[in-house]
Amino acid sequence: MPETVVFYAFAALAIGASALVIGQRNPMYSVLLLIASFGALSGLYIQLDAPFVAVAQIIIYAGAIMVLFLFVVMLLNAPREDAAEWDRSHPLAHPGIGRFGALLATLLIVQLVWALAKVTELNTPVASRSDAATVGSVLEMGRVLFTRHTFAFEATSVLILVAMVGAVVLARREVSEQ
Amino acid sequence: MDLRTIAQLVVIGLTFFMLINASALLVLAERKIMGFMQQRYGPYLVGPHGVLQPLADIVKLLFKEELRPKGADKWLFTLAPILSVTAAFAAFATVPWGAETTLFGLLDEPIRLGVADVNVGLLVIFAITSMGVYGIVLAGWSSNSKYSLFGGLRASAQMISYELSYATSLAAVILLAGSLSVREIVDAQAGTWLGFIQHWWIFLQPVGFVIYAIAGVAETNRAPFDFPEAEQELVAGYNTEYSSVRFALFPQAEYINMATMSAVATNLYLGGWHGLLPFYTPLDPLIEEYGLGWMAFLAKVGGFLFFYIWMRWTVPRYRYDQLMSFGWKFLFPLSVINLIVTAAVALYLNA
Amino acid sequence: MIPLSHYLIVSAVLFAIGTAGVFLRRNLITILLSIEIMLNAVNLTFVAFGRYAGNLDGQIITFFVMTVAAAEAAVGLALVIALFRHRESLNPDTFTSLKW
Repeated sequence: MPETVVFYAFAALAIGASALVIGQRNPMYSVLLLIASFGALSGLYIQLDAPFVAVAQIIIYAGAIMVLFLFVVMLLNAPREDAAEWDRSHPLAHPGIGRFGALLATLLIVQLVWALAKVTELNTPVASRSDAATVGSVLEMGRVLFTRHTFAFEATSVLILVAMVGAVVLARREVSEQ
Repeated sequence: MDLRTIAQLVVIGLTFFMLINASALLVLAERKIMGFMQQRYGPYLVGPHGVLQPLADIVKLLFKEELRPKGADKWLFTLAPILSVTAAFAAFATVPWGAETTLFGLLDEPIRLGVADVNVGLLVIFAITSMGVYGIVLAGWSSNSKYSLFGGLRASAQMISYELSYATSLAAVILLAGSLSVREIVDAQAGTWLGFIQHWWIFLQPVGFVIYAIAGVAETNRAPFDFPEAEQELVAGYNTEYSSVRFALFPQAEYINMATMSAVATNLYLGGWHGLLPFYTPLDPLIEEYGLGWMAFLAKVGGFLFFYIWMRWTVPRYRYDQLMSFGWKFLFPLSVINLIVTAAVALYLNA
Repeated sequence: MIPLSHYLIVSAVLFAIGTAGVFLRRNLITILLSIEIMLNAVNLTFVAFGRYAGNLDGQIITFFVMTVAAAEAAVGLALVIALFRHRESLNPDTFTSLKW
């Protein structure tokens, strides 16, 4: 019973914060709400017996990627969409593509929820077919990661190097020849 | 509500109380030690030998006027110190500070002295410490002042740069331990070698300990690495526009971060609650038998904090570009080399 | 005991919210944030199915998805900075000079 309450609390926080992210005028508030959503997702991962993924979510997403977003928002002094333009560009404000798109998005959500609830095979408890010890062990995860997935691991390290170099090159100011 | 639940709640409350007192005592300790190093008494008048000085400071801060700059963001201005302090307190949640104890035989099964004992505890500490960056960044941004913004950006850039060396030195310790749980790391350091040297890992990882200490000092924006909050004190700094309670939360978060770094260093390198001095003393079996490990822990954490304060008032501070170049070009490669050498030696000895 | 479908519903709703954000918002940074929401929804699906199947494959894939998301966020934000320097605006509708 407390498990269900915790699940609903985290799920509601994740969905609510994400819905507010796309509705904010100020990008700084969007970033902070997304951090809250990531925290809630981390709680859901702990409930799914994935402690390493939960902590990695906080370290990587909420602790590094969001700091990067925050730095960019602050350095660009990202302009708040001013009130007049917000009223013109808000999806539900005026008839046309925007409002139609928002309604389609809501329809998509309703359809997905209905479809997933109807499939009876998925209605078994998620923890019913295996116990927590095999799935939640970081030692086992490291063993699998470094033996079966060695190539992907090394390729990921090259990917990160390429991304780092690319980010530095793209964001650099043009050096004027004078 | 059986006795065990009550005992655990008391331990949690005691940990929180200990942290709050630590921040107050550190205010006093810093000023007294600074005074003695400068050949004068520190605070002397308030209470016997100045012991009640932190109380006077807190009362003064509470009675100050709460200011908020006109252009400051209403929510973020208040949220920033709250984030700082929350991350500081929460990081101490997975740090164990004593062995299992049955409270002198009152309980059937022993309880562990520490708020929570998760089996990925070390990663949780690192994760929550890296959330402490947000308080400083938001404080700089929401003050609506250019100098605060730059101070906040520089402080947070420094913190995330030194997190790399911090994490890599933690990885070397995890290699030695084979586990991510801090309690298991401490319990692997019980006992002695050759009968008189403690089985602490500072002897196995001297370079790692130095790297951890330096990275810890830089993470908490202290001592020789406090350029963002000191130099610009003349003009600004990320907490210039703050006053009263919101201001008081920033130094409190800083002191509790110091305490957490010292506690983690004690647990990882100095044996936690096993053993009092680096060599064997006749007190050690008494400590183990009567469950007084937490006193040894507190003594070691206190020694580490004294080292923090000593370093602040002895060493001149780094300039910001020297600081960043030191972190990226010297400390991080050194910590990676430390990790590789530790892995090689561990592989050789296990083969 | 929480059914698997509950986790999948949460993840589907998050994905739909992210998609709506990408299509409907006119601010480059919010679009990138919505992409991150979608990636997180996918991570949740993987971990839920991995737990249901009883092995670690879901968590391993999540590890790689997180790494790729970090790399993509870094490069994406560098592009945003470069674009902002040219047009002083974060509205994607100002970067339509290649349209005929």
